Amino acid sequence: MAAIRTAPRPSATAAPQAAPPSPARARRGRPQHLGRVLRDLGTAALVIAAALLAWEGYKALGQATGDLVPLTSVPLPVATDDAAMPHVWQVLAALAGPASTASDQTLLAYYLQQTSVTLREAAYGLALGAVVGVLLALLMRQLPWLGRASMPWLVVSQTIPLVALAPIVVVWIGGAGFPSWVAVTVISAYLAFFPVTLNTATGLLSADATHVELMRSVAASPLQTLLLVRVPAAVPSFFTGLRLAATASVVGAVVGELSAGAGLGIGRAILTAAYYYSLAPANLYAAVLVASLAGVVFVQVIALAERLVLSKREN
Amino acid sequence: MSTSTASTSTSTAIHLAGISKTFSTSSGDVVALDDIDLDIPQGAFVSLLGPSGCGKSTLLRVIGDLVTPTAGTVQVAGTSAAEARRTRQYGMAFQAPGLMDWRTVRRNVELPLQVQGVGRAERRQRADEMLELVKLTQFADHRPRQLSGGMQQRVAIARALAMQPRVLLMDEPLGALDEMNREHLQRELLRIWRATGTTVVFVTHSIPEAVFLSTEVVVMSPRPGRIASRIPVDLPYPRTDETRLTDEFQAAERHVRERLHAVLEPSTAGL
Ligand SMILES: Nc1ncnc2c1ncn2[C@@H]1O[C@H](COP(=O)(O)OP(=O)(O)OP(=O)(O)O)[C@@H](O)[C@H]1O
Ligand SMILES: [Mg+2]
Repeated sequence: MAAIRTAPRPSATAAPQAAPPSPARARRGRPQHLGRVLRDLGTAALVIAAALLAWEGYKALGQATGDLVPLTSVPLPVATDDAAMPHVWQVLAALAGPASTASDQTLLAYYLQQTSVTLREAAYGLALGAVVGVLLALLMRQLPWLGRASMPWLVVSQTIPLVALAPIVVVWIGGAGFPSWVAVTVISAYLAFFPVTLNTATGLLSADATHVELMRSVAASPLQTLLLVRVPAAVPSFFTGLRLAATASVVGAVVGELSAGAGLGIGRAILTAAYYYSLAPANLYAAVLVASLAGVVFVQVIALAERLVLSKREN
Repeated sequence: MSTSTASTSTSTAIHLAGISKTFSTSSGDVVALDDIDLDIPQGAFVSLLGPSGCGKSTLLRVIGDLVTPTAGTVQVAGTSAAEARRTRQYGMAFQAPGLMDWRTVRRNVELPLQVQGVGRAERRQRADEMLELVKLTQFADHRPRQLSGGMQQRVAIARALAMQPRVLLMDEPLGALDEMNREHLQRELLRIWRATGTTVVFVTHSIPEAVFLSTEVVVMSPRPGRIASRIPVDLPYPRTDETRLTDEFQAAERHVRERLHAVLEPSTAGL
Protein backbone atom coordinates (compact mmCIF):
# COMPACT_ATOMS: atom_id res chain seq x y z
CA MET A 1 0.00 0.00 0.00
CA ALA A 2 2.82 2.35 0.88
CA ALA A 3 5.20 0.66 -1.50
CA ILE A 4 8.25 2.71 -2.14
CA ARG A 5 8.53 3.38 -5.81
CA THR A 6 12.12 3.59 -6.85
CA ALA A 7 11.35 2.83 -10.47
CA PRO A 8 12.33 5.98 -12.24
CA ARG A 9 9.70 7.65 -14.33
CA PRO A 10 11.44 9.99 -16.73
CA SER A 11 9.31 12.93 -17.65
CA ALA A 12 8.20 13.12 -21.22
CA THR A 13 9.53 16.60 -21.83
CA ALA A 14 13.00 18.02 -21.61
CA ALA A 15 11.69 20.66 -19.23
CA PRO A 16 14.69 22.27 -17.63
CA GLN A 17 12.14 24.07 -15.51
CA ALA A 18 10.15 21.60 -13.49
CA ALA A 19 6.70 20.88 -14.84
CA PRO A 20 3.80 20.70 -12.41
CA PRO A 21 2.75 17.16 -11.53
CA SER A 22 -0.02 15.80 -13.69
CA PRO A 23 -3.58 15.71 -12.32
CA ALA A 24 -3.36 11.91 -12.42
CA ARG A 25 -1.02 12.12 -9.47
CA ALA A 26 -3.33 14.46 -7.60
CA ARG A 27 -3.92 13.64 -3.98
CA ARG A 28 -6.72 11.39 -2.94
CA GLY A 29 -9.10 13.21 -0.66
CA ARG A 30 -11.69 12.50 2.00
CA PRO A 31 -14.65 11.87 -0.31
CA GLN A 32 -12.93 8.71 -1.50
CA HIS A 33 -12.69 7.47 2.07
CA LEU A 34 -16.37 8.07 2.53
CA GLY A 35 -17.07 6.23 -0.70
CA ARG A 36 -15.03 3.29 0.45
CA VAL A 37 -16.79 3.20 3.80
CA LEU A 38 -20.18 3.27 2.10
CA ARG A 39 -19.14 0.52 -0.28
CA ASP A 40 -17.91 -1.60 2.63
CA LEU A 41 -21.18 -1.05 4.45
CA GLY A 42 -23.10 -2.08 1.34
CA THR A 43 -21.04 -5.25 1.06
CA ALA A 44 -21.64 -5.99 4.73
CA ALA A 45 -25.41 -5.53 4.26
CA LEU A 46 -25.35 -7.96 1.32
CA VAL A 47 -23.44 -10.54 3.35
CA ILE A 48 -25.91 -10.24 6.22
CA ALA A 49 -28.87 -10.58 3.85
CA ALA A 50 -27.31 -13.69 2.32
CA ALA A 51 -26.71 -15.19 5.76
CA LEU A 52 -30.31 -14.58 6.81
CA LEU A 53 -31.58 -16.13 3.59
CA ALA A 54 -29.38 -19.18 4.08
CA TRP A 55 -30.56 -19.54 7.67
CA GLU A 56 -34.26 -19.32 6.85
CA GLY A 57 -33.85 -21.40 3.71
CA TYR A 58 -32.16 -24.20 5.60
CA LYS A 59 -34.80 -24.05 8.31
CA ALA A 60 -37.64 -24.15 5.77
CA LEU A 61 -35.99 -27.10 4.04
CA GLY A 62 -35.62 -29.02 7.31
CA GLN A 63 -39.20 -28.30 8.27
CA ALA A 64 -40.44 -29.55 4.89
CA THR A 65 -38.45 -32.80 4.89
CA GLY A 66 -38.57 -33.61 8.58
CA ASP A 67 -34.88 -32.74 9.09
CA LEU A 68 -33.73 -35.03 6.31
CA VAL A 69 -31.60 -34.31 3.27
CA PRO A 70 -34.17 -34.17 0.44
CA LEU A 71 -35.02 -37.53 -1.21
CA THR A 72 -32.83 -39.47 1.24
CA SER A 73 -33.08 -40.73 4.77
CA VAL A 74 -29.89 -38.95 5.78
CA PRO A 75 -30.56 -36.60 8.72
CA LEU A 76 -29.56 -32.95 8.40
CA PRO A 77 -26.56 -32.03 10.55
CA VAL A 78 -28.55 -29.53 12.61
CA ALA A 79 -32.17 -29.89 13.64
CA THR A 80 -34.41 -27.08 12.42
CA ASP A 81 -37.10 -26.90 15.11
CA ASP A 82 -37.59 -23.58 16.87
CA ALA A 83 -35.61 -24.73 19.92
CA ALA A 84 -32.47 -25.43 17.87
CA MET A 85 -32.91 -22.81 15.18
CA PRO A 86 -35.30 -20.02 16.01
CA HIS A 87 -36.60 -17.89 13.16
CA VAL A 88 -34.72 -14.69 12.44
CA TRP A 89 -37.75 -12.70 13.47
CA GLN A 90 -37.95 -14.61 16.74
CA VAL A 91 -34.37 -13.51 17.47
CA LEU A 92 -35.22 -9.93 16.52
CA ALA A 93 -38.36 -10.08 18.63
CA ALA A 94 -36.32 -11.27 21.58
CA LEU A 95 -33.99 -8.30 21.10
CA ALA A 96 -36.94 -5.93 21.08
CA GLY A 97 -38.47 -7.58 24.13
CA PRO A 98 -37.63 -6.86 27.77
CA ALA A 99 -34.22 -7.92 29.09
CA SER A 100 -35.88 -9.73 31.99
CA THR A 101 -39.35 -10.04 33.43
CA ALA A 102 -38.72 -7.32 36.01
CA SER A 103 -37.00 -4.94 33.60
CA ASP A 104 -38.24 -2.18 31.34
CA GLN A 105 -34.98 -2.21 29.38
CA THR A 106 -35.06 -4.05 26.05
CA LEU A 107 -32.79 -7.03 25.57
CA LEU A 108 -31.04 -5.15 22.75
CA ALA A 109 -30.27 -2.20 25.02
CA TYR A 110 -29.04 -4.58 27.68
CA TYR A 111 -26.79 -6.46 25.28
CA LEU A 112 -25.43 -3.25 23.78
CA GLN A 113 -24.63 -2.05 27.28
CA GLN A 114 -22.82 -5.30 28.02
CA THR A 115 -21.08 -5.15 24.66
CA SER A 116 -19.77 -1.68 25.38
CA VAL A 117 -18.13 -3.10 28.51
CA THR A 118 -16.54 -5.86 26.44
CA LEU A 119 -15.38 -3.52 23.71
CA ARG A 120 -13.79 -1.27 26.30
CA GLU A 121 -11.90 -4.26 27.66
CA ALA A 122 -10.96 -5.24 24.11
CA ALA A 123 -9.79 -1.69 23.36
CA TYR A 124 -7.61 -1.63 26.46
CA GLY A 125 -6.37 -5.10 25.60
CA LEU A 126 -5.63 -4.04 22.03
CA ALA A 127 -3.77 -0.94 23.21
CA LEU A 128 -1.76 -2.93 25.72
CA GLY A 129 -1.12 -5.69 23.19
CA ALA A 130 -0.04 -3.19 20.53
CA VAL A 131 2.40 -1.47 22.88
CA VAL A 132 3.86 -4.76 24.10
CA GLY A 133 3.88 -6.11 20.55
CA VAL A 134 5.77 -3.13 19.14
CA LEU A 135 8.27 -3.08 22.01
CA LEU A 136 8.93 -6.79 21.53
CA ALA A 137 9.41 -6.33 17.80
CA LEU A 138 11.85 -3.45 18.37
CA LEU A 139 13.74 -5.47 20.96
CA MET A 140 13.92 -8.48 18.68
CA ARG A 141 15.13 -6.29 15.82
CA GLN A 142 17.87 -4.61 17.89
CA LEU A 143 18.95 -7.82 19.62
CA PRO A 144 18.69 -10.54 16.96
CA TRP A 145 19.87 -13.26 19.36
CA LEU A 146 17.00 -12.38 21.65
CA GLY A 147 14.63 -12.56 18.72
CA ARG A 148 15.83 -16.01 17.73
CA ALA A 149 15.69 -17.21 21.33
CA SER A 150 12.26 -15.85 22.11
CA MET A 151 10.37 -16.63 18.92
CA PRO A 152 9.64 -20.29 19.78
CA TRP A 153 8.28 -19.19 23.15
CA LEU A 154 6.07 -16.58 21.55
CA VAL A 155 4.70 -19.23 19.21
CA VAL A 156 4.11 -21.60 22.12
CA SER A 157 2.31 -18.81 23.98
CA GLN A 158 -0.23 -18.67 21.17
CA THR A 159 -0.75 -22.42 20.86
CA ILE A 160 -1.70 -22.95 24.51
CA PRO A 161 -5.51 -23.21 24.45
CA LEU A 162 -6.91 -19.95 25.72
CA VAL A 163 -9.65 -21.70 27.67
CA ALA A 164 -6.93 -23.43 29.69
CA LEU A 165 -4.94 -20.30 30.24
CA ALA A 166 -7.69 -17.78 30.91
CA PRO A 167 -8.79 -19.18 34.30
CA ILE A 168 -5.17 -19.10 35.49
CA VAL A 169 -4.84 -15.45 34.52
CA VAL A 170 -8.15 -14.72 36.24
CA VAL A 171 -7.01 -16.39 39.45
CA TRP A 172 -3.62 -14.67 39.44
CA ILE A 173 -4.88 -11.21 38.72
CA GLY A 174 -7.92 -11.61 40.93
CA GLY A 175 -5.59 -12.82 43.69
CA ALA A 176 -3.55 -9.64 43.31
CA GLY A 177 -6.70 -7.72 44.19
CA PHE A 178 -7.61 -6.32 40.75
CA PRO A 179 -11.20 -6.14 39.47
CA SER A 180 -12.19 -8.78 36.94
CA TRP A 181 -12.04 -6.44 33.93
CA VAL A 182 -8.28 -6.16 34.44
CA ALA A 183 -7.89 -9.91 34.00
CA VAL A 184 -10.09 -9.77 30.91
CA THR A 185 -7.98 -6.95 29.49
CA VAL A 186 -4.80 -8.93 30.08
CA ILE A 187 -6.24 -12.00 28.35
CA SER A 188 -7.32 -9.81 25.45
CA ALA A 189 -3.83 -8.27 25.24
CA TYR A 190 -2.31 -11.73 25.39
CA LEU A 191 -4.04 -12.62 22.13
CA ALA A 192 -3.52 -9.19 20.58
CA PHE A 193 0.22 -8.73 20.98
CA PHE A 194 1.28 -11.66 18.81
CA PRO A 195 0.13 -10.51 15.37
CA VAL A 196 1.47 -7.04 16.16
CA THR A 197 4.89 -8.43 17.09
CA LEU A 198 5.08 -10.69 14.07
CA ASN A 199 4.01 -8.11 11.51
CA THR A 200 5.97 -5.23 13.01
CA ALA A 201 9.11 -7.38 13.15
CA THR A 202 8.66 -8.25 9.49
CA GLY A 203 8.09 -4.58 8.69
CA LEU A 204 11.25 -3.53 10.52
CA LEU A 205 13.21 -5.98 8.38
CA SER A 206 11.59 -4.76 5.18
CA ALA A 207 13.38 -1.41 5.22
CA ASP A 208 14.80 -0.52 1.82
CA ALA A 209 18.49 -1.48 1.59
CA THR A 210 19.29 1.79 -0.17
CA HIS A 211 17.77 3.73 2.71
CA VAL A 212 19.81 1.81 5.24
CA GLU A 213 22.95 2.38 3.17
CA LEU A 214 22.15 6.07 2.92
CA MET A 215 21.93 6.28 6.70
CA ARG A 216 25.29 4.57 6.96
CA SER A 217 26.82 7.01 4.49
CA VAL A 218 25.86 9.93 6.70
CA ALA A 219 27.15 8.16 9.82
CA ALA A 220 23.73 7.75 11.41
CA SER A 221 23.62 5.96 14.76
CA PRO A 222 21.81 2.63 14.96
CA LEU A 223 19.04 4.36 16.88
CA GLN A 224 18.66 7.00 14.17
CA THR A 225 18.51 4.32 11.49
CA LEU A 226 15.86 2.54 13.52
CA LEU A 227 13.72 5.61 14.09
CA LEU A 228 14.17 7.36 10.75
CA VAL A 229 14.15 4.37 8.38
CA ARG A 230 13.07 1.09 9.94
CA VAL A 231 10.15 2.32 12.02
CA PRO A 232 8.54 4.33 9.19
CA ALA A 233 9.07 1.38 6.86
CA ALA A 234 7.30 -0.87 9.36
CA VAL A 235 4.16 1.27 9.71
CA PRO A 236 2.09 -0.48 6.99
CA SER A 237 2.97 -3.92 8.39
CA PHE A 238 2.23 -2.73 11.90
CA PHE A 239 -1.28 -1.82 10.83
CA THR A 240 -1.79 -5.19 9.19
CA GLY A 241 -0.87 -6.73 12.53
CA LEU A 242 -3.10 -4.32 14.39
CA ARG A 243 -6.09 -5.28 12.27
CA LEU A 244 -5.53 -8.95 13.06
CA ALA A 245 -4.98 -8.01 16.70
CA ALA A 246 -8.30 -6.15 16.81
CA THR A 247 -10.15 -9.37 15.96
CA ALA A 248 -8.08 -11.32 18.44
CA SER A 249 -8.62 -8.76 21.20
CA VAL A 250 -12.41 -9.07 20.93
CA VAL A 251 -12.21 -12.85 21.03
CA GLY A 252 -9.85 -12.58 23.99
CA ALA A 253 -12.19 -10.24 25.85
CA VAL A 254 -15.22 -12.49 25.32
CA VAL A 255 -13.38 -15.66 26.31
CA GLY A 256 -11.83 -13.79 29.24
CA GLU A 257 -15.28 -12.83 30.48
CA LEU A 258 -16.45 -16.44 30.20
CA SER A 259 -13.56 -17.42 32.45
CA ALA A 260 -13.84 -14.49 34.81
CA GLY A 261 -17.25 -15.79 35.89
CA ALA A 262 -18.24 -12.59 37.63
CA GLY A 263 -18.65 -9.07 36.30
CA LEU A 264 -20.21 -7.55 33.21
CA GLY A 265 -19.80 -7.93 29.49
CA ILE A 266 -21.34 -9.63 26.48
CA GLY A 267 -19.32 -12.79 27.20
CA ARG A 268 -21.07 -13.06 30.52
CA ALA A 269 -24.40 -12.36 28.86
CA ILE A 270 -23.75 -15.15 26.34
CA LEU A 271 -22.99 -17.49 29.22
CA THR A 272 -26.26 -16.59 30.94
CA ALA A 273 -28.22 -16.97 27.72
CA ALA A 274 -26.62 -20.38 27.16
CA TYR A 275 -27.61 -21.36 30.68
CA TYR A 276 -31.25 -20.51 30.01
CA TYR A 277 -31.12 -21.77 26.44
CA SER A 278 -33.94 -24.27 26.80
CA LEU A 279 -36.22 -21.53 28.13
CA ALA A 280 -35.34 -18.82 25.62
CA PRO A 281 -33.25 -20.13 22.70
CA ALA A 282 -33.60 -16.91 20.75
CA ASN A 283 -31.77 -14.98 23.48
CA LEU A 284 -28.51 -16.87 22.88
CA TYR A 285 -28.63 -16.19 19.16
CA ALA A 286 -29.49 -12.58 19.89
CA ALA A 287 -26.47 -12.23 22.17
CA VAL A 288 -24.13 -13.89 19.68
CA LEU A 289 -25.54 -11.68 16.91
CA VAL A 290 -24.93 -8.49 18.88
CA ALA A 291 -21.45 -9.62 19.90
CA SER A 292 -20.50 -10.47 16.30
CA LEU A 293 -21.79 -7.22 14.85
CA ALA A 294 -20.02 -5.25 17.56
CA GLY A 295 -16.81 -7.11 16.78
CA VAL A 296 -17.14 -6.24 13.10
CA VAL A 297 -17.68 -2.57 13.93
CA PHE A 298 -14.68 -2.62 16.29
CA VAL A 299 -12.36 -4.08 13.64
CA GLN A 300 -13.71 -1.68 11.02
CA VAL A 301 -12.90 1.27 13.26
CA ILE A 302 -9.28 0.07 13.44
CA ALA A 303 -9.20 -0.50 9.68
CA LEU A 304 -10.49 3.03 9.14
CA ALA A 305 -7.80 4.42 11.44
CA GLU A 306 -5.26 2.53 9.38
CA ARG A 307 -6.50 4.01 6.14
CA LEU A 308 -6.53 7.52 7.55
CA VAL A 309 -2.99 7.26 8.91
CA LEU A 310 -1.53 5.66 5.79
CA SER A 311 -3.21 8.04 3.38
CA LYS A 312 -2.23 11.06 5.47
CA ARG A 313 1.33 9.80 5.37
CA GLU A 314 1.29 9.36 1.64
CA ASN A 315 -0.17 12.69 0.69
CA MET B 1 36.63 26.88 -8.50
CA SER B 2 39.15 27.06 -11.31
CA THR B 3 38.01 28.82 -14.41
CA SER B 4 40.29 27.23 -16.95
CA THR B 5 41.07 23.54 -16.78
CA ALA B 6 40.26 22.19 -13.34
CA SER B 7 42.35 19.99 -11.05
CA THR B 8 44.98 22.64 -10.82
CA SER B 9 44.89 22.06 -7.08
CA THR B 10 47.85 20.11 -5.82
CA SER B 11 46.57 18.51 -2.62
CA THR B 12 45.25 14.96 -2.76
CA ALA B 13 41.63 14.44 -1.75
CA ILE B 14 41.44 10.67 -2.17
CA HIS B 15 44.39 8.35 -1.98
CA LEU B 16 43.95 4.65 -2.79
CA ALA B 17 46.91 2.30 -2.38
CA GLY B 18 46.89 -1.40 -3.19
CA ILE B 19 43.12 -1.75 -2.90
CA SER B 20 41.82 -5.28 -3.43
CA LYS B 21 38.38 -6.62 -2.73
CA THR B 22 37.37 -10.25 -2.89
CA PHE B 23 33.77 -11.26 -2.30
CA SER B 24 33.27 -14.77 -0.98
CA THR B 25 30.12 -16.25 -2.44
CA SER B 26 28.63 -19.71 -2.39
CA SER B 27 29.90 -20.24 -5.92
CA GLY B 28 33.45 -19.26 -5.05
CA ASP B 29 35.46 -16.09 -4.61
CA VAL B 30 34.90 -13.08 -6.84
CA VAL B 31 37.83 -10.70 -7.20
CA ALA B 32 36.00 -7.42 -7.68
CA LEU B 33 39.06 -5.18 -7.30
CA ASP B 34 42.70 -6.12 -7.73
CA ASP B 35 45.51 -3.95 -6.44
CA ILE B 36 44.16 -0.53 -7.32
CA ASP B 37 46.27 2.58 -6.88
CA LEU B 38 44.61 5.91 -7.52
CA ASP B 39 45.17 9.47 -6.39
CA ILE B 40 42.40 11.98 -6.90
CA PRO B 41 43.31 15.62 -6.43
CA GLN B 42 41.26 18.03 -4.37
CA GLY B 43 38.48 19.54 -6.47
CA ALA B 44 38.74 17.00 -9.29
CA PHE B 45 35.81 15.50 -11.14
CA VAL B 46 36.77 11.92 -11.86
CA SER B 47 34.58 9.52 -13.81
CA LEU B 48 34.86 5.75 -13.51
CA LEU B 49 34.08 4.03 -16.78
CA GLY B 50 34.14 0.36 -17.65
CA PRO B 51 32.14 -2.69 -18.60
CA SER B 52 29.47 -4.04 -16.32
CA GLY B 53 30.85 -5.95 -13.38
CA CYS B 54 34.34 -4.42 -13.50
CA GLY B 55 34.04 -3.13 -9.96
CA LYS B 56 33.10 0.53 -10.38
CA SER B 57 30.41 0.46 -7.71
CA THR B 58 32.62 -1.56 -5.43
CA LEU B 59 35.43 0.96 -5.79
CA LEU B 60 33.04 3.80 -5.04
CA ARG B 61 31.79 1.97 -1.98
CA VAL B 62 35.33 1.33 -0.80
CA ILE B 63 36.05 5.05 -1.04
CA GLY B 64 32.83 5.77 0.88
CA ASP B 65 33.56 3.16 3.55
CA LEU B 66 30.44 1.20 2.72
CA VAL B 67 32.60 -1.78 1.72
CA THR B 68 35.77 -2.75 3.57
CA PRO B 69 38.60 -3.65 1.19
CA THR B 70 40.31 -7.02 1.58
CA ALA B 71 43.67 -5.29 1.24
CA GLY B 72 45.01 -1.79 0.80
CA THR B 73 44.44 1.61 2.34
CA VAL B 74 42.05 4.45 1.60
CA GLN B 75 42.82 7.96 2.71
CA VAL B 76 40.39 10.80 2.34
CA ALA B 77 41.65 14.29 3.11
CA GLY B 78 44.47 12.77 5.11
CA THR B 79 42.33 10.48 7.27
CA SER B 80 40.96 6.98 6.86
CA ALA B 81 37.75 6.43 4.92
CA ALA B 82 36.04 5.29 8.10
CA GLU B 83 37.03 8.49 9.85
CA ALA B 84 35.92 10.54 6.86
CA ARG B 85 32.53 8.86 6.93
CA ARG B 86 32.20 9.34 10.68
CA THR B 87 33.00 13.02 10.32
CA ARG B 88 30.48 13.25 7.47
CA GLN B 89 32.76 14.24 4.61
CA TYR B 90 30.71 12.32 2.05
CA GLY B 91 27.64 13.00 0.04
CA MET B 92 26.38 9.99 -1.85
CA ALA B 93 23.85 9.51 -4.62
CA PHE B 94 23.09 6.20 -6.22
CA GLN B 95 21.41 4.93 -9.33
CA ALA B 96 18.07 4.57 -7.55
CA PRO B 97 17.04 7.91 -6.00
CA GLY B 98 16.20 6.08 -2.77
CA LEU B 99 13.86 8.78 -1.52
CA MET B 100 11.55 8.11 1.39
CA ASP B 101 7.92 8.34 0.45
CA TRP B 102 6.79 9.10 3.98
CA ARG B 103 8.73 12.35 3.85
CA THR B 104 8.16 15.40 1.72
CA VAL B 105 10.81 16.36 -0.81
CA ARG B 106 12.15 19.00 1.55
CA ARG B 107 12.30 16.59 4.48
CA ASN B 108 14.14 14.09 2.29
CA VAL B 109 16.80 16.69 1.59
CA GLU B 110 16.89 17.55 5.29
CA LEU B 111 17.56 13.97 6.32
CA PRO B 112 21.40 14.09 6.42
CA LEU B 113 21.19 17.34 8.38
CA GLN B 114 18.69 15.83 10.78
CA VAL B 115 21.06 12.92 11.36
CA GLN B 116 23.82 15.44 11.95
CA GLY B 117 21.71 17.16 14.59
CA VAL B 118 21.25 20.46 12.79
CA GLY B 119 18.38 22.49 14.26
CA ARG B 120 15.00 22.57 12.61
CA ALA B 121 15.14 26.11 11.25
CA GLU B 122 18.65 25.90 9.85
CA ARG B 123 17.90 22.48 8.40
CA ARG B 124 14.95 23.82 6.55
CA GLN B 125 16.84 26.81 5.26
CA ARG B 126 19.73 24.66 3.99
CA ALA B 127 17.33 22.20 2.37
CA ASP B 128 15.59 25.07 0.61
CA GLU B 129 18.93 26.33 -0.65
CA MET B 130 19.74 22.90 -2.06
CA LEU B 131 16.32 22.62 -3.69
CA GLU B 132 16.91 26.01 -5.22
CA LEU B 133 20.18 24.71 -6.60
CA VAL B 134 18.46 21.80 -8.35
CA LYS B 135 15.52 24.06 -9.28
CA LEU B 136 12.87 22.16 -7.38
CA THR B 137 11.82 24.85 -4.92
CA GLN B 138 8.18 24.68 -5.93
CA PHE B 139 8.09 20.95 -5.20
CA ALA B 140 9.44 21.18 -1.66
CA ASP B 141 6.17 20.06 -0.10
CA HIS B 142 5.40 17.30 -2.60
CA ARG B 143 5.88 13.62 -1.97
CA PRO B 144 8.65 11.97 -3.99
CA ARG B 145 6.14 9.75 -5.78
CA GLN B 146 4.50 12.84 -7.23
CA LEU B 147 7.73 13.71 -9.05
CA SER B 148 9.10 12.36 -12.31
CA GLY B 149 12.15 10.11 -12.27
CA GLY B 150 14.45 12.94 -13.29
CA MET B 151 13.07 15.20 -10.59
CA GLN B 152 13.50 12.45 -7.99
CA GLN B 153 17.09 12.07 -9.05
CA ARG B 154 17.65 15.79 -8.61
CA VAL B 155 16.20 15.54 -5.10
CA ALA B 156 18.67 12.74 -4.38
CA ILE B 157 21.48 14.95 -5.63
CA ALA B 158 20.24 17.83 -3.46
CA ARG B 159 20.21 15.47 -0.50
CA ALA B 160 23.77 14.37 -1.25
CA LEU B 161 24.80 18.02 -1.33
CA ALA B 162 22.93 19.02 1.82
CA MET B 163 25.80 18.46 4.22
CA GLN B 164 28.11 20.38 1.89
CA PRO B 165 30.34 17.34 1.59
CA ARG B 166 33.99 17.57 0.68
CA VAL B 167 33.63 14.43 -1.39
CA LEU B 168 30.68 13.61 -3.62
CA LEU B 169 30.30 9.96 -4.62
CA MET B 170 27.79 9.28 -7.37
CA ASP B 171 26.94 5.89 -8.84
CA GLU B 172 25.25 6.33 -12.20
CA PRO B 173 22.95 9.01 -10.81
CA LEU B 174 21.78 9.97 -14.29
CA GLY B 175 21.63 6.45 -15.68
CA ALA B 176 17.87 6.17 -15.81
CA LEU B 177 17.14 9.52 -17.40
CA ASP B 178 16.21 10.33 -20.95
CA GLU B 179 18.80 12.12 -23.05
CA MET B 180 17.43 15.64 -22.63
CA ASN B 181 17.03 15.46 -18.87
CA ARG B 182 20.37 13.80 -18.65
CA GLU B 183 22.21 16.59 -20.44
CA HIS B 184 20.34 19.15 -18.42
CA LEU B 185 21.39 17.52 -15.17
CA GLN B 186 24.96 17.20 -16.39
CA ARG B 187 25.07 20.96 -16.82
CA GLU B 188 23.56 21.47 -13.38
CA LEU B 189 26.02 19.06 -11.85
CA LEU B 190 28.95 20.95 -13.35
CA ARG B 191 27.50 24.22 -12.14
CA ILE B 192 27.12 22.86 -8.60
CA TRP B 193 30.56 21.29 -8.64
CA ARG B 194 32.16 24.51 -9.79
CA ALA B 195 30.20 26.52 -7.24
CA THR B 196 31.11 24.30 -4.29
CA GLY B 197 34.58 23.04 -5.17
CA THR B 198 33.91 19.52 -3.95
CA THR B 199 35.77 16.49 -5.19
CA VAL B 200 33.51 14.26 -7.27
CA VAL B 201 33.85 10.57 -8.11
CA PHE B 202 31.25 9.69 -10.69
CA VAL B 203 30.39 6.26 -12.06
CA THR B 204 28.87 6.17 -15.52
CA HIS B 205 28.36 3.96 -18.54
CA SER B 206 28.25 6.85 -20.94
CA ILE B 207 31.39 7.98 -22.73
CA PRO B 208 30.05 11.43 -23.72
CA GLU B 209 28.87 11.97 -20.19
CA ALA B 210 32.26 11.06 -18.73
CA VAL B 211 34.07 13.33 -21.18
CA PHE B 212 31.67 16.22 -20.75
CA LEU B 213 31.86 16.22 -16.96
CA SER B 214 35.28 15.09 -15.96
CA THR B 215 38.69 16.45 -15.35
CA GLU B 216 39.85 12.87 -15.68
CA VAL B 217 38.31 9.63 -16.95
CA VAL B 218 39.42 6.40 -15.32
CA VAL B 219 38.78 3.31 -17.46
CA MET B 220 38.52 0.04 -15.57
CA SER B 221 38.88 -3.49 -16.88
CA PRO B 222 37.00 -6.52 -15.58
CA ARG B 223 37.96 -9.85 -14.03
CA PRO B 224 39.77 -8.86 -11.98
CA GLY B 225 38.82 -5.19 -11.60
CA ARG B 226 41.80 -3.07 -12.46
CA ILE B 227 42.51 0.41 -13.70
CA ALA B 228 43.20 0.09 -17.42
CA SER B 229 43.95 3.71 -18.21
CA ARG B 230 43.61 7.22 -16.88
CA ILE B 231 42.70 9.88 -19.39
CA PRO B 232 42.89 13.57 -18.45
CA VAL B 233 40.28 15.66 -20.22
CA ASP B 234 41.77 19.03 -21.04
CA LEU B 235 38.64 20.84 -22.13
CA PRO B 236 38.10 24.27 -20.59
CA TYR B 237 35.29 24.94 -18.14
CA PRO B 238 32.60 26.15 -18.20
CA ARG B 239 31.54 23.45 -20.59
CA THR B 240 28.32 24.07 -22.47
CA ASP B 241 26.29 22.36 -25.13
CA GLU B 242 28.60 24.00 -27.67
CA THR B 243 31.50 22.17 -26.06
CA ARG B 244 29.97 18.90 -27.21
CA LEU B 245 30.25 20.07 -30.81
CA THR B 246 33.91 21.03 -30.71
CA ASP B 247 36.61 18.94 -32.36
CA GLU B 248 38.48 18.75 -29.06
CA PHE B 249 35.48 17.21 -27.36
CA GLN B 250 34.98 14.68 -30.11
CA ALA B 251 38.66 13.82 -30.12
CA ALA B 252 38.57 13.24 -26.38
CA GLU B 253 35.46 11.12 -26.78
CA ARG B 254 37.15 9.05 -29.49
CA HIS B 255 40.18 8.60 -27.32
CA VAL B 256 38.16 7.34 -24.36
CA ARG B 257 36.15 5.08 -26.63
CA GLU B 258 39.32 3.47 -27.99
CA ARG B 259 40.58 2.82 -24.48
CA LEU B 260 37.28 1.36 -23.45
CA HIS B 261 37.13 -0.91 -26.49
CA ALA B 262 40.63 -2.10 -25.72
CA VAL B 263 39.23 -3.25 -22.40
CA LEU B 264 36.15 -4.83 -23.89
CA GLU B 265 37.94 -6.68 -26.70
CA PRO B 266 41.62 -7.04 -25.85
CA SER B 267 42.28 -9.04 -29.04
CA THR B 268 41.00 -6.28 -31.32
CA ALA B 269 42.57 -3.42 -29.43
CA GLY B 270 43.62 -0.52 -31.60
CA LEU B 271 41.17 -1.16 -34.39
N1 LIG C 1 28.03 -7.90 -2.21
C1 LIG C 1 28.60 -8.67 -3.16
N2 LIG C 1 28.73 -9.99 -3.00
C2 LIG C 1 29.32 -10.74 -3.95
N3 LIG C 1 29.79 -10.28 -5.09
C3 LIG C 1 29.69 -8.97 -5.32
C4 LIG C 1 29.08 -8.09 -4.38
N4 LIG C 1 29.11 -6.84 -4.87
C5 LIG C 1 29.70 -6.94 -6.07
N5 LIG C 1 30.05 -8.20 -6.35
C6 LIG C 1 30.73 -8.66 -7.56
O1 LIG C 1 31.86 -7.84 -7.78
C7 LIG C 1 32.00 -7.52 -9.14
C8 LIG C 1 32.00 -6.04 -9.33
O2 LIG C 1 30.70 -5.54 -9.02
P1 LIG C 1 30.34 -4.00 -9.11
O3 LIG C 1 28.95 -3.86 -8.66
O4 LIG C 1 31.36 -3.20 -8.42
O5 LIG C 1 30.43 -3.79 -10.69
P2 LIG C 1 30.11 -2.49 -11.51
O6 LIG C 1 31.32 -2.15 -12.29
O7 LIG C 1 29.53 -1.45 -10.66
O8 LIG C 1 29.02 -3.05 -12.53
P3 LIG C 1 27.76 -2.28 -13.16
O9 LIG C 1 28.31 -1.38 -14.20
O10 LIG C 1 26.95 -3.37 -13.76
O11 LIG C 1 27.08 -1.55 -12.08
C9 LIG C 1 30.89 -8.24 -9.88
O12 LIG C 1 31.39 -9.43 -10.41
C10 LIG C 1 29.88 -8.53 -8.79
O13 LIG C 1 29.22 -9.73 -9.07
MG1 LIG D 1 27.57 -0.56 -10.43
